[in-house]
Order: sequence, then structure tokens, then C-alpha cells
Amino acid sequence: MDTFLFLIFAAIAVGCGVIVVSQRHPIHSAISLIGVMGSLAVLYLLLGAEFIAATQVLVYAGAVMVLFLFVIMLLNAGVEPPGGKSWPVRLLGIPLLVVLLGVVSFLIRGWIPVKETVVFGSFTGGGPRDVGGALFTEYLLPFEIVSVLILVAILGAVVLGGKEID
Amino acid sequence: MLYPITTIHYVILSAALLLIGTVGFLTRRNIVIILMSIELILNAVNINLVAFSERFQAMEGQIFAIFVIAVAVAEAAVGLGILIALFRNRETVASDEIDLLKW
Repeated sequence: MDTFLFLIFAAIAVGCGVIVVSQRHPIHSAISLIGVMGSLAVLYLLLGAEFIAATQVLVYAGAVMVLFLFVIMLLNAGVEPPGGKSWPVRLLGIPLLVVLLGVVSFLIRGWIPVKETVVFGSFTGGGPRDVGGALFTEYLLPFEIVSVLILVAILGAVVLGGKEID
Repeated sequence: MLYPITTIHYVILSAALLLIGTVGFLTRRNIVIILMSIELILNAVNINLVAFSERFQAMEGQIFAIFVIAVAVAEAAVGLGILIALFRNRETVASDEIDLLKW
């Protein structure tokens, strides 16, 4: 069951990722990116990270993608004209990419000798209570620094998008 | 039991998403899609963090995943703000037509 779920949602994530990169129209890319985020949320659930999965759906599939879709509609970005890539580059690029991924996978298998199976439900420290407890006690300083970062980001977005820059 | 899934599978999935995101970042010219590729790359990082959090039965990885999500959201907001300001001035979202700094 775990194997099936992992394989299905990993395939959805990789397939939607390829569509994100290969589609000409930005709206199609944005919809596929929502598919990537949703399937990754399921994978986080399989790993026992319930709070991260909920955050992934709320923040990424919700907030960030709505932001992207608004900007795409605001800019009225149409179909991108095909680039000037030559045919040998296209023919060589995709097989070389697959070969690179294979080599990387082989090296990872060599570097990380892990025999333990990931079983659903084996890790129970990912609920909101545990994550929040660690976040507000042990990691309070990074949390506050992130709040300053988000404040600066909000100010930057308002300044950049708010009025005409001369 | 079928073929068992280990942490390595999650790391390889992360590497695949990282490669896809890098290819999109390098080959596409629409800045919106370049920003989406950056989101893909940051999600690949998150998979690694959560997978090793499960592997070592420790939740520090998930804390860092939350920070990565916060930074990614801030980056998307500022990047899209820059894009809107740029579109006002140049009327384009293609990265190869934005060459103000080219000498």
C-alpha cells in the first residue's frame, strides 16, 4: 500500500513537474504546479509530517498559486513563442538529463546505505502539537527572524508593486 | 510485501524535481515560469528535509522545512512584485528582452 501510494504520487509529481517546465502557456504551468504541490503533500503525509502536509496545501497550493495566477492574469501573459533551440540540442538534452538523473541516483544509493523501510505511521512527531512546541521553544529565535524577513518581503512587495517607479 | 520504499527513493525523487526545476530555470524565458521552477527546486529541498526527519526520527528537519516554506513564499511575493514593476516599465515578461544592464 505504501509502495503503491509512493509510486503513484511520485509519478504524478514528476509528470506535473515536466508539464510545468514544458508547457508554453503560463496558466497550464500554474495548474500543473498545483498538481505537484498536492502530490507532495500526500508524500509528506506518508512520511508522517502532518503539519507540513497541511502547510503545503494551504500555503503553496492555496496562497502562492493564487498569487501566481493573479499575476499571470494581470500581466495577460500569452503563449510564449518557441525558442531558437536547435534540434541537436533538443535531441541530446533529454537523454543526457535522464542519464544524469540515473548517475545521481546510483551515487545516492552508494552514499546513503539505508536499509530501513519507510512505513506509514512509524514517525509520529510531525503533528501540530510537536512542531509548534519545538517551534515556539527551541527554535523561537529563527521563528522571530523569519517574521522580520516576511515583514521586509511585504514592504518590498508593496513598494515595488504599489506605485510607479520613475 | 511489495518492493519496499526507503529514504533513498525520496532522495531520488527530490533529485528528479531539482533537475526538472533547474532545466526550467535555465531554458524558459517567461519570468513567471522561471519563478515556478524556483518553487519546484525549493520543494525538492523540502522533500529531502522531511525524508531525513523521518529517517532519524527527529523533527528538526520539519522545522527547517517550515522555514524553507516561509522563505519561498517571501521570495515569490517579492519576485512577482519585481515582475509587475518590470512589466510596467518594459511591457514584457520575457527574460531575454530585459537587458537594461547590458552594455
